[in-house]
Amino acid sequence: MNKIYRTYSEAVADIPDAASVMIGGFGHAADKPQNLIKALRDQGAKDLTIIGNSSGNAGKLGIGSLGGVPFVDEEILVENRQVKKAICSVPASLVMSKPSAFEKQYLAREVELEYVPQGTLAERIRAGGAGLGAFFTPTGVGTLIEEGKEKKIIDGREMLLEYALRADYALIKAYWADTIGNLIYRGIMRSFNAIMAMAAKVTIVEVERIVPAGELDPEIVVTPGIFVHRVVGSEGGAR
Amino acid sequence: MKERLDRQTIALRVAKEFEDGAIVNLGGGIPALAANYVPEGRTVIFHAENGALGFGGVPGSKEEERPFYLGANGIPFLPLPGASFFHHADSFAMIRGGHIDVTVLGALQVSEKGDLANWTFPERGLGNIGGAMDLAAGCNKVIVAMEHVTPKGQLKILKTCSYPLTAARCVKMIVTDIAVIEIKPEGLVLTETAPGWTAEEVQALTEPALLISPDLKEIEL
Repeated sequence: MNKIYRTYSEAVADIPDAASVMIGGFGHAADKPQNLIKALRDQGAKDLTIIGNSSGNAGKLGIGSLGGVPFVDEEILVENRQVKKAICSVPASLVMSKPSAFEKQYLAREVELEYVPQGTLAERIRAGGAGLGAFFTPTGVGTLIEEGKEKKIIDGREMLLEYALRADYALIKAYWADTIGNLIYRGIMRSFNAIMAMAAKVTIVEVERIVPAGELDPEIVVTPGIFVHRVVGSEGGAR
Repeated sequence: MKERLDRQTIALRVAKEFEDGAIVNLGGGIPALAANYVPEGRTVIFHAENGALGFGGVPGSKEEERPFYLGANGIPFLPLPGASFFHHADSFAMIRGGHIDVTVLGALQVSEKGDLANWTFPERGLGNIGGAMDLAAGCNKVIVAMEHVTPKGQLKILKTCSYPLTAARCVKMIVTDIAVIEIKPEGLVLTETAPGWTAEEVQALTEPALLISPDLKEIEL
């Protein structure tokens, strides 16, 4: 089975309207699948539910950009009116005086939001990928996050029931892939990427290089290839 | 106007709380500055929730910066010997699982019971929870570093927080520009005051009644 796609646009071509799409990274240029996000913007699928740390705001602010080079994130999808709902921990701009596209649309009641604390989001995604239904966590007890959620005292501590998350697609970033889809990362690239890989029906990864199977040392593979369905490299023909 | 500690000096005082070998996560703003003031002779291991442990070096030049060596605050770092990288589920397992000794966070409001409000206020309409709820609920010791009152002079240490909470009963210590206050079962204990400040003057800017430590002293810098 060939997992290698020649272009970013071919890799995202079948994402339909109303799909749920996990978008990897924490919010830095190096951990975001920027080219896949651009391809999804150009492809134009609408009414998307996006799941990720942020609903996008880094592009304009240049946060985490290196050498002042601007980068793109989920915000270009929001600006293009492709997003119906975000499930994230950072929906607002990091700089109050420069509201993000999502923030403006949310305050105008044009998009929906499900607030999730960052660690709960990570664990919900991990649980989804691991085939679990839900888990109990102390995070959010006594806050607005607990509204409507089942509570239980476990080991003397109040905890909230949080359900696992899965998605139709995951767009993620890794450092190198082999032709089987095995992935390695560098530095802080793993973030949400390595867990989202497990939690989607179709995981699409953007990498900086694709090597033949056998060239990645199995001892250092972080994401085994069975979690990865499509790979696009910034070298080797991909635009 | 009496002199208050500046942000760097608040951070310097906070860093004295880091014991040798401590695993520490720093929030943005004043807390992040504490990384520069680890007391001499102590080794502290810093955790970044975006997936790094054991960093600390600052790149000496643009050439040394790497796009994949960035903290949660976006500041470039260099990994120290013994550093490690991991994904978000592991990173927050460290936080919730009690593997982080100390977190230092900023605050909009803190209550006398140690409730923390630091992610939004009603007028904004939206806010960023980020990792704050997990850090506040999961770390073994939560220290708040902040200015004692808002720029407009509104009190921030209150009987009850009026802003949405980050976590209930989590803060153990508050370090401000005029005082150090410990949160104990019996209440807020004033342990240190900034040079030139009396306990009465700190109390006047603090809504709940302060208990005065028998060892009350001037903040040592």
